[in-house]
Amino acid sequence: MDQSRYIAQHVVNLPKSGIRDFFDIVAKMKDAISLGVGEPDFDTPWHIREAGIYAIEKGKTHYTSNLGLIELRRAICDYVGKNFNVSYAPENEVIITVGVSEGLDLACRALINPGDKVLYHQPCYVSYSPSITLAHGIPVPVPTFARDGFALTVDALRAAWQPGCKILMLNLPCNPTGGTCDRAQVEAIAKFAVEKDLIVLSDEIYSELTFEGVHTSIASLPGMKERTIFLHGFSKAFSMTGWRIGYACGPATLIEAMMKVHQYSMLCASIIAQEAAIEALVRGEDAMKKMRDQYHRRRDFIVRRFNEIGFKCHLPRGSFYAFPDISKTGMNEKDFAIGLLQATKVAIVPGTAFGDGGKGFCRACFATSYEQLIEASNRIEQHVQSLGNKT
Amino acid sequence: MKPIIKLLLEGGSLNTSQMAQVLKLSEADVNRQIEELKQQRVLLGFRPVLNLSHEDSGVVRAVIEVRITPERGGGFNRLAERISKFDEVESCFLMSGGYDLLVFVSGASLQKVAAFVSEKLSTIEGVLSTATHFMLRSYKEHGFLLGGKVEETERLKVAP
Repeated sequence: MDQSRYIAQHVVNLPKSGIRDFFDIVAKMKDAISLGVGEPDFDTPWHIREAGIYAIEKGKTHYTSNLGLIELRRAICDYVGKNFNVSYAPENEVIITVGVSEGLDLACRALINPGDKVLYHQPCYVSYSPSITLAHGIPVPVPTFARDGFALTVDALRAAWQPGCKILMLNLPCNPTGGTCDRAQVEAIAKFAVEKDLIVLSDEIYSELTFEGVHTSIASLPGMKERTIFLHGFSKAFSMTGWRIGYACGPATLIEAMMKVHQYSMLCASIIAQEAAIEALVRGEDAMKKMRDQYHRRRDFIVRRFNEIGFKCHLPRGSFYAFPDISKTGMNEKDFAIGLLQATKVAIVPGTAFGDGGKGFCRACFATSYEQLIEASNRIEQHVQSLGNKT
Repeated sequence: MKPIIKLLLEGGSLNTSQMAQVLKLSEADVNRQIEELKQQRVLLGFRPVLNLSHEDSGVVRAVIEVRITPERGGGFNRLAERISKFDEVESCFLMSGGYDLLVFVSGASLQKVAAFVSEKLSTIEGVLSTATHFMLRSYKEHGFLLGGKVEETERLKVAP
């Protein structure tokens, strides 16, 4: 029996994740130094883990309301108000999701009619385009460029815009480039969104890991709260990737629509993760800042090393990714990454795993120890020199 | 805080050549800065943190609460410094609360620690009283957990 003929056509048409291919190769290799991860190297701070354990001990093992625990929603509103300068009502403008990934999926499914077009900047996180496609929308990529530090520019947005565009997805700071926009740039994007009557889905998961300047949320700009769904979570800043916990804030009408999808698909996020998330928001700031400072210093080191090696690497203003240009090797990013892995056992991810805009680049995660970063950069340097000697 | 101090705290196991790479200095510069920190008595030294619970380490440790009489002009300092000079004393702190000094001592046997307390410490003029608590077991030393096996957390090698 050929089961494949039962698979929905739009799922058949989804491309295989480029990162998956690469993962299969790395997974078979023993003792590889991996700069290919997409998560912090710190375990969740103990006081947060302990809050999760306490929740289990106290029998907090039941469903929560579809929107999530009201105590957590209140803590989120306080946190977002204080740190992002936008005020939301905990009763009806916040929904707790299973990571930002679910928040993004809910927003797509709640807002997209078949054939609606969605703008998103690229290179970007692997799930953006598929999330749009799975909601029967049409992805419209907007390129970002190394010359702009991979910030999204209105010129590029305007060039990519076409009739039928309804939504703009933002991820600032961005995975994989570490690029972000300063306030003036965000203001220009906001103006464009108003002009074209776009709803903005703003994934700000890396916002706490902004090293230079102040992160500006587009939702905080005048007139933007009403047309923005603010997506955030605990994975990166609080080292809570495995807890799968995030949230979406936005106008009550849109949150209600997302809640409809959520209640019939997910019902609610894990109560244990929700309890731990309260602890993270209320008492997690010090540990978070400590981790951020460490990422900051490691970023400075690895970016400097890439430039010394001869790979032009812009200074990522946020996230924990460096995105060096490897094109001087004369190889494409995939061949280079595979060659590097085989020759030196150092894994970095080919930029095209994050879309065509990643051609000629690779992503290196610096959320790892100094020893590993030093050793990896030395091995990359030797490998590049040996490539140079061969040509 | 100086970059080199931050690095000493954060990347404690880096050797000087690795530190030089991170700080973009020559190894000689790193050594010079470390030497300066030593001269300024900011960096006092390095010691290994050991877990000797499985071995017969032959060391008994105790914490002693000491009440002393403060002196005109010097307060607690002269006595505290005098007590700190004994080899048996590992650390000594001036405390708020019901006693004045908290003294960590170690010795080869219970008898030797007891002898130190009764013959040396409590006989010093100005020491009013001592309360000695022997340590039975360590669970954490200088930030390192001692109990159980250290389980490496598994991160996926490649993730989006």
